[in-house]
Amino acid sequence: MWSQLLLSGIAVGSLYGLVALGFQITYAVSNTMNFSQGASVMVGAVLCYTLNMTFGVPALLAVPITLVACFGLGMLIERLVVRPFAQDGSNSWLLTTIALGIILENLAMLTFGKETRGYPSPWAETPIPVLGFGVFPVELLIPVVGLAVAIALRVLFKTTLLGKALQAVSESHSTARLMGIPVERMIALTFGLSTALAALAGMLIAPVSNVSATMGTLLGLKAFATAIIGGLANPWGVMVAGIIYGLVESAAAGLLGGTYREIIGFAVVIVMLALRPYGLFGQALVKKV
Amino acid sequence: MTQNSRDRILFKRRQVLQGATGFGAALLLSKLAGCTTTTDDGTPATATEGTDSSAAGDPIKLGLVAAITGPSAVSGEAITRGLTIALEEINANGGVMGGRPLELVIRDDESTPAKGVASARELIEQENVALVFGGLDSPVSLAMLPVFHELEVPYMGVWAAATGITRNDFDPNYAFRVSANDNIVDSFLLRYAKNELGATKVGLVLINNPWGESNQQGFEEWAPKYDMEIVGIEKFNDGDTDISSQLSRLQEGGAEVLLMVANAAPSAQAMKSLVRLGWDVPVVSHWGPTGGRFPELAGADAAARVVLMQTYSFYEAADDRTQSVLGKLQEKYNIAGPEDIIAPVGIANAYDAMHLVALALDTAGTTEGPVLRASFYELPTYEGLIKTYENSFTPDNHDALNEDDYILVQWQDNKLVPFKGTV
Repeated sequence: MWSQLLLSGIAVGSLYGLVALGFQITYAVSNTMNFSQGASVMVGAVLCYTLNMTFGVPALLAVPITLVACFGLGMLIERLVVRPFAQDGSNSWLLTTIALGIILENLAMLTFGKETRGYPSPWAETPIPVLGFGVFPVELLIPVVGLAVAIALRVLFKTTLLGKALQAVSESHSTARLMGIPVERMIALTFGLSTALAALAGMLIAPVSNVSATMGTLLGLKAFATAIIGGLANPWGVMVAGIIYGLVESAAAGLLGGTYREIIGFAVVIVMLALRPYGLFGQALVKKV
Repeated sequence: MTQNSRDRILFKRRQVLQGATGFGAALLLSKLAGCTTTTDDGTPATATEGTDSSAAGDPIKLGLVAAITGPSAVSGEAITRGLTIALEEINANGGVMGGRPLELVIRDDESTPAKGVASARELIEQENVALVFGGLDSPVSLAMLPVFHELEVPYMGVWAAATGITRNDFDPNYAFRVSANDNIVDSFLLRYAKNELGATKVGLVLINNPWGESNQQGFEEWAPKYDMEIVGIEKFNDGDTDISSQLSRLQEGGAEVLLMVANAAPSAQAMKSLVRLGWDVPVVSHWGPTGGRFPELAGADAAARVVLMQTYSFYEAADDRTQSVLGKLQEKYNIAGPEDIIAPVGIANAYDAMHLVALALDTAGTTEGPVLRASFYELPTYEGLIKTYENSFTPDNHDALNEDDYILVQWQDNKLVPFKGTV
């Protein structure tokens, strides 16, 4: 039983982490976030499903197309509903991104429909035994992808010129601008990246959770909680926080029953914020900066 | 540097908390906005008696509040088909009450109680419907009950099975039903688990809403009477993707059979979790999975493991009425045969219910709610699709169907066929 609580906790948790990474990167670089992340998860799943199942595009092609499209969507989101509202320190981007999320969800209901659809995939048909408990291959893939993305982000930020430019932007917009770094373009890039990450999460979860217009709503909220717990400081912290949150949920459901999953999960968020307002790994940021 | 950076972080934190508040507030707002618009729909207008202005030939309007869109959209479509075919038969035979045709007015509740309540009120107050048919969702039907009793208009359930819909505390009781009643279903499922599967220990897998609650009470009431033990009750939510933690608790408790109560999408998640656990326990289910694309969502193999109750199957009956209804379904909705009928109970229940309502209108001779309500107790015998209805409604029993009318079915190659043999 414990092995199984552990496995399903890690699978669900890495998914939260993956979506939360999107919150983290835009926040780190531009101090703004895209609250339509949950909807972006759905857009990724729905787009891939439509390309793959409705128009018969092979999955190997549908996945990169979806990623590129969602990257574009993210840049568009930044340009249209974040940048104009984030200037002069206003917080209006908060509401505009939430509004956009609701619009995306309803657009999906209009075009994709309100019915939940199954997304058959060889990755989610036969469970493979791990520690005496069955998991679908895609559920093993989720933590692997999550960790790979966290490592990739780390490498990107630490070793590449682009990463250094992004870091410079996160330090100070005006100084970065003086160094000749195109600040706006860098920020747009992080939004594209964050939306693509959400889409990736959507495509990973689709074979297990099925596809519907509302599939991302709760996921987006939990990912935000995860990002806060992780402390928004570094991709590692966010991934670890995601897995911890998934484990807490899984333990609550397994030990107390399904009705307690959300109660315990979000209660832990509140307690965490009270005890460590900077998040679990927020301290690291203070030292680093 | 430290001071400076701390300030910056503090500022960040404040922004983040503001963000959280804004996010939550906006979610709340969007919910509230949903509520206000729907209630606004129904506030104005005064109820008028349909009879006063009625000349012979004026149509009599009947309402339907069901899930036309959303995860249970299949149910709404099936109900609409059943009602429409019966309605066309009635109108072709000269309508009701000496020549008045019936007209069906459909509203989408999107499986949301608030939408259902607003729609019920709007149908009665604006459209002057004589009666309202209900859809698949028990929470919606339960929420609408006070409206029907306040406005004294009968409700006819054709799918939602919560015990409390017909066995409510209203006096007089305006809620009738041609469908399953959870309490009776629970007894039926337990009896099957005991007699056919030889189980003495069962585990309950219930959706976390009033419908699950209604069945929990039923199972708890009937289990001791059949000398059976409920080893665990696990509830899960609509969006849960992995409930193997809950299911493994039932496994450890020694459940020999799982009794499942949930709609298509959550039931599919439960089956996927069983596959994860590699637990090949027999699953006996209420009819929830038939309201959606269950085999597509759960996978064909997992879907085939479920034995579920129905009130009707187009496969078993070869009588004239079944053939005639099948013919009309084929003609009107492009259906090849029984295997193409996705939610047979919705069609059959709705079809019989519409005919019973027509008989009630004839008996009452008026569309006035109180008179129409009382006329359900005096219906003539009706040879329907599901059975022959004879004094089916009494003041003590507002459910036309009982345990003898239930059957078991299972999925075979994406088709619902009568259950034969062991699991």
